[in-house]
Amino acid sequence: MEEGKKLIITVLGYDRVGIIATISAILAESQVNILDISQTILQGFFTMVMVVDMSNSKADIGQLRDLLVEAGRTLGLEITLQHEDIFKFMHRI
Amino acid sequence: MPFHISKDEILETVRMVQSENLDIRTITMGINIQDCRHRNGNATGKSIYKKIVKYAGNLVKTGDEIEKEYGIPIINKRISVTPIANVADGLNRDEIIIIGKYMDDAAREVGVNFIGGFSALVHKGFTHGDEELIAAIPHVLSNTERVCSSVNVATTKSGINMDAVYLMGNIIKQTAEFTADRDGIGCAKLVVFCNAVEDNPFMAGAFHGIGEPESTINIGVSGPGVVLNAIRKHPEMDLGELANVIKKTAFKVTRTGELVGRVASQRLGVPFGIVDLSLAPTPAIGDSVADILQSMGLERVGAHGSTAALAMLNDAVKKGGAMASSYVGGLSGAFIPVSEDAGMIEAVVAGALNIDKLEAMTCVCSVGLDMIAIPGDTSADIISGIIADEAAIGMINRKTTAVRLIPAPGKNIGDWVEFGGLLGRAPVMKVNQHSPTGFINRRGRIPAPIHSLNN
Repeated sequence: MEEGKKLIITVLGYDRVGIIATISAILAESQVNILDISQTILQGFFTMVMVVDMSNSKADIGQLRDLLVEAGRTLGLEITLQHEDIFKFMHRI
Repeated sequence: MPFHISKDEILETVRMVQSENLDIRTITMGINIQDCRHRNGNATGKSIYKKIVKYAGNLVKTGDEIEKEYGIPIINKRISVTPIANVADGLNRDEIIIIGKYMDDAAREVGVNFIGGFSALVHKGFTHGDEELIAAIPHVLSNTERVCSSVNVATTKSGINMDAVYLMGNIIKQTAEFTADRDGIGCAKLVVFCNAVEDNPFMAGAFHGIGEPESTINIGVSGPGVVLNAIRKHPEMDLGELANVIKKTAFKVTRTGELVGRVASQRLGVPFGIVDLSLAPTPAIGDSVADILQSMGLERVGAHGSTAALAMLNDAVKKGGAMASSYVGGLSGAFIPVSEDAGMIEAVVAGALNIDKLEAMTCVCSVGLDMIAIPGDTSADIISGIIADEAAIGMINRKTTAVRLIPAPGKNIGDWVEFGGLLGRAPVMKVNQHSPTGFINRRGRIPAPIHSLNN
């Protein structure tokens, strides 16, 4: 368990123009650094997993989540944001 | 990737939270209040109130922060305290009722929905404090909103206190009558135990045991929906393979609890107690232990085979969970409450599940006959008989068992009781009407079983 500020963002929904642009813009505005992006499109269904670092961000995690979820609603996407420790704890011993 | 978790694993976790109701059921802070004893109920109550507010003032805020940060819902924040019968020994019933009021006020002040510990441990006999506390139970449960009560009437080491079993039948009846205008909801906050544990985070039976530290954080995880979906994916597997799938799933669910427990304990500056590996259902669709048993291949829970399916489920959850947590404790077993589980309710309505089958199922899981509505005119002796049977199962099998029955005033078989929220709703179930009165009226103590002599 770390007090670090790495988060995992997932984005699920139907593919369209501007998904990554919109999300990256929100992250840039909040001074959140993208460390890794992995994205696939299967039969028009868009799946993206992002690893981001928010240690230099002034926004708190709740505000960032609200911004992303709101953007997701406009684009018809389901967006989640969680601390990386959840994934580490669940999948690695 | 800068850290090596695959995309599939990430999406699996997200799905568990988003669509399978994975959550932390409760963060329960245990608080020792043995130092709050004063000469009368008012002073003792005030002192308890102050201590709870001091220790748990940040509990709800911290829980909410963790929920936000980790994206895992934390449904309940709760408090358990030292059994009041110990703290208030020497005070009379009326003074103990005042203490109950202060507990309720403290719970409201810090924003928790339940506070446990209006309790007495009487498995071998009563102190004066125990007697006064038990007499106060119906008053406190009808005049407070958040206080939960429990009474331990038996243990494997000491046998069954049949005087207490007799008494609790009457106390449950009285509690139902005192809350008759709300379907007897007082009884939903009253648990009669055998082998009660000191670090249970789940209500209504939580209390902060005498062997516990000054304060501690205990976690109850949940995840019937996650286990259900894992099983549904594998209709072809034999039961040995299925047990393995359940183990792996339980591991993942429990890890979440372990993480939240460690973070909460660090932020609150309170030692981490245990993770309780229970599968705790809620009335939400898909968050049901009954559905899990049915997904294993039973038409309805209650069908012959239900006990075996539950035994396997319960054991696999423990095996997976034990590996995932540094400290396992509490009740740790699948719960089979009726009113809090939509699948159980359906099975009762369909005529597949009755109280006798539920009793059999409690032999192999946690925690007992839980949240079962019975006709309001059921006699106290019959309720005592049910408690005695359940206590016997716990005593002989060295496990915790409990009874939380609601003799719903004015209601008959087929009627419904409605509590709302996590407590849910339940159909009134049939109880065997043949009288156990002669047996119950013998009173005394059923001696501890031979296998308690293991020193």
